[in-house]
Amino acid sequence: MSHASNDIVLALVIITGLSFDFTNGFHDTANAMATSIVTKALSPRIAVALSAALNLVGAFLSLSVAATIASGLVDTGLVTLTVVFAGLAGAIVWNLITWLFGIPSSSSHALIGGVIGSMLAAAGSHAVKWQGLVSKVVIPAVLSPFIAALVATAGTILIYRIARSMRAGSRSHGFRIGQVGSASLVSLAHGTNDAQKTMGIITLALIANGTLSAGATTPLWVITACAVTIAAGTYAGGWRVIRTLGKGLVEIEPPQGMAAESSSAAVILVSTHFGYSLSTTQVATGSILGCGIGKRGAQVRWNVAGRMATAWVVTLPSAGVMGAISYFIANAIGGTLGVVVVLLILIAVSSGIYWRSRATRVNPENVNAEWTGTVAPSEAA
Amino acid sequence: MNDWINLTAISDIVVVGLLAGAGLPAIFAIGLRALAMPGKGHRSTAEGELVGGNPAGIAIAIACFAVVLAAIGYGIYIIVLTGHK
Repeated sequence: MSHASNDIVLALVIITGLSFDFTNGFHDTANAMATSIVTKALSPRIAVALSAALNLVGAFLSLSVAATIASGLVDTGLVTLTVVFAGLAGAIVWNLITWLFGIPSSSSHALIGGVIGSMLAAAGSHAVKWQGLVSKVVIPAVLSPFIAALVATAGTILIYRIARSMRAGSRSHGFRIGQVGSASLVSLAHGTNDAQKTMGIITLALIANGTLSAGATTPLWVITACAVTIAAGTYAGGWRVIRTLGKGLVEIEPPQGMAAESSSAAVILVSTHFGYSLSTTQVATGSILGCGIGKRGAQVRWNVAGRMATAWVVTLPSAGVMGAISYFIANAIGGTLGVVVVLLILIAVSSGIYWRSRATRVNPENVNAEWTGTVAPSEAA
Repeated sequence: MNDWINLTAISDIVVVGLLAGAGLPAIFAIGLRALAMPGKGHRSTAEGELVGGNPAGIAIAIACFAVVLAAIGYGIYIIVLTGHK
């Protein structure tokens, strides 16, 4: 490829990276805000605005060395712009499919799966650091929901025992305030962790293109672009995911919401502190399950939880397959044209999924409607 | 330490996670309950009941909320610190 065409591909990679960042934002709004929305601690629009603002701030707090997501998982020396691009395309498609079904799956897993899939397609099995994948991604993923559920269950039992004698009105009022505080911490931590992943990918692309030297730090414009994009995505609000997480798993009262968000905030921050990052999505889901387990008489819809668990298991391989397909198409056509063709296919598929979602809309108005077993409330209700 | 699974990190996360993630909301709950303790300001009206106003309750509540706020402050400090490593 000539230098000029390389720059075109680089621009397309950056645009695709920011598009992924946007899906990352709206897919994960639920992690922090689903419980505050269903307990009416915050109105739906205020909740997404607050979460967006804190994601923006959080993204600027993260200035650590980029490319961490890729360096331990793939041989960065073999990464090309087309590999990064195809991986991002696969991740976006998987994020949109899971969003359509309202499933809170991990955006990080989609990204990692997509990049590993395209890497496998490009360079074969030796380019993937399998031990890194198992120890940094698979094992934390299996443990996250259990640890979070344990903490949230303990918190819920304690809170209800302590506040047992309080009147329902003042109890709900107090815990709503606590809930907003803990949910805000989750949003801040999300901005710090997740915006950084796209920053890392774009930095990796800049290094692969030779624009940046290896080991360079992330330029300020990349940080700013990623921060603004993830905040915009968060503000768009993944209402389908918010509804499943907030209404589908457990009916949540303010004390439970506070227990769940405190558990999420604590587990995410503590694991980050010990250098063992757990998936925000899986921690949040585990916490919400825990707040249902811990409250006597609360109904936990295990069939919904089971569907989520299934989606988690298939996220890495599915995003991987999509990343690989994207790479095969781009590589078969070759050069800038190949990347452009895959981008057009990506736009067509994304538009199709969006069009499909219009048939069963979930928005700030109906997000809190009675759970009837489907993501979108039935029209009659 | 095992190469595949870091058991030390996991047990640390469980222990500290329980202390912070379940302990702090419990302290917050104690604060709320103390704040609602019956006291001078306690009276029933036609609209409902006004609770609280107990000096000891307010003191306990302030102490509890201070602990929670300090922990949140430390949480933010950790975010900023790890972000710049």
